[in-house]
Amino acid sequence: MAAEGGIDPIHQFVIAPMFHIGPLPVTNSAVFMIAVLAVASFIMIFGTSPRALVPGRLQSLGEVAYEFVASTVRGSAGQDGMRFFPMVFSLFMFVLLSNLIGIIPYTFTVTSHIIVTFALAALVILTVIIYGFYRNGMHFLHLFVPSGVSPVLLPLLVLIEVISFISRPISLSVRLFANMLAGHITLKVFGGFVTMLLASGTWAVILAPLPFAMTVALTALELLVAFLQAYVFAILTCVYLNDAIHPGH
Amino acid sequence: MATTPETTTEVGHNGGHSPVFPPFDPSTFGPQLLWLAIIFGLLYLLMSRIALPRVEGILDARRAAHEGDLNEAARLRAETESAIASFEKALADAHAHAEDIGKQTRDRLNAEIIKKRAAFDAELTANLDAEEHTIAENQAKAMANVGEIASEATLAIVRQLSGITPGAGEAAAVVGRVLKN
Repeated sequence: MAAEGGIDPIHQFVIAPMFHIGPLPVTNSAVFMIAVLAVASFIMIFGTSPRALVPGRLQSLGEVAYEFVASTVRGSAGQDGMRFFPMVFSLFMFVLLSNLIGIIPYTFTVTSHIIVTFALAALVILTVIIYGFYRNGMHFLHLFVPSGVSPVLLPLLVLIEVISFISRPISLSVRLFANMLAGHITLKVFGGFVTMLLASGTWAVILAPLPFAMTVALTALELLVAFLQAYVFAILTCVYLNDAIHPGH
Repeated sequence: MATTPETTTEVGHNGGHSPVFPPFDPSTFGPQLLWLAIIFGLLYLLMSRIALPRVEGILDARRAAHEGDLNEAARLRAETESAIASFEKALADAHAHAEDIGKQTRDRLNAEIIKKRAAFDAELTANLDAEEHTIAENQAKAMANVGEIASEATLAIVRQLSGITPGAGEAAAVVGRVLKN
């Protein structure tokens, strides 16, 4: 790509081993997952270690994260949903920190890989299915049977409900993956325009600030998207868990 | 993904990459899933075992402290109110006591005045009575003398006019009859 003078917007998604621990390759993806774990632990464990009655900045951050996710879980899945609070909180922090760290230039975005987001979504859906049957037994299947529908329409509606249930892990994972992927490609493309215009050596150089301003604006947008996608992932997790707790329509 | 065809052409120039769009490269799935399982599992353990119970404890302690402070404030306010009430009661008592003392003094003085006045009145009445008695005595004396004087005068008048000297008893009888009328 350097030979062409262009910039490959896909290169940022390439996974390659950065070093090895014995026979185990540590890829860039793994390094940034470890970074996510480190930042989350720094905020939530080191930050809250003073246990101050009047919190400092870092402790406030941890408390805000806790209360934000806790109110989301309570609001969408009720008090019974609080048994899944650690899971929803871990998912939210993992996705949020992956997205936010990914905005920093030269970093890798863990959530820009479908296999990661799909694994997280599968974790959510498997939890819903297993807990749904564990708590409600066969009554959990009422989730697929809308009440008060004529018997003629019922098979069609059950089919629709089943399809919508099956599509949940796909939509949950693809939404996050596609948002991250598209955002980073767009940033890279506009960033590439800046360097291409500057390297052109013609009057077009004066246009370089335009894509640069766009990159700045897009970075702000990506910050919003990073938070919003983490929130959407968490709240949909709560909504799906609510189905496992209260399967009746 | 619309970018996929573009990618395949790009990686054609870039021999280092596997010939597929990286997020769809199955050869990376295994290591990614392994690392995700390790890291997410660790994250879940650290959050659920250490971080979240700790934050919950902090928030509970803060809530308890707030409630304790509010209760303490309510208790202090109740104390203040009872202190104010007892102060007002003491003030009212003092007022009542002062009024009581004033009333007692007034009553005592009034009683004294009445007693003195009564004594004075009695004295005055006694003096008056005594004076009246003396006057009446003198009057009676005077009235008694009037008859004597009148009969003497009558005796003298009759003697002057007629040269007859009536008996003293006769003159006195006439005078007494006239006086009676």
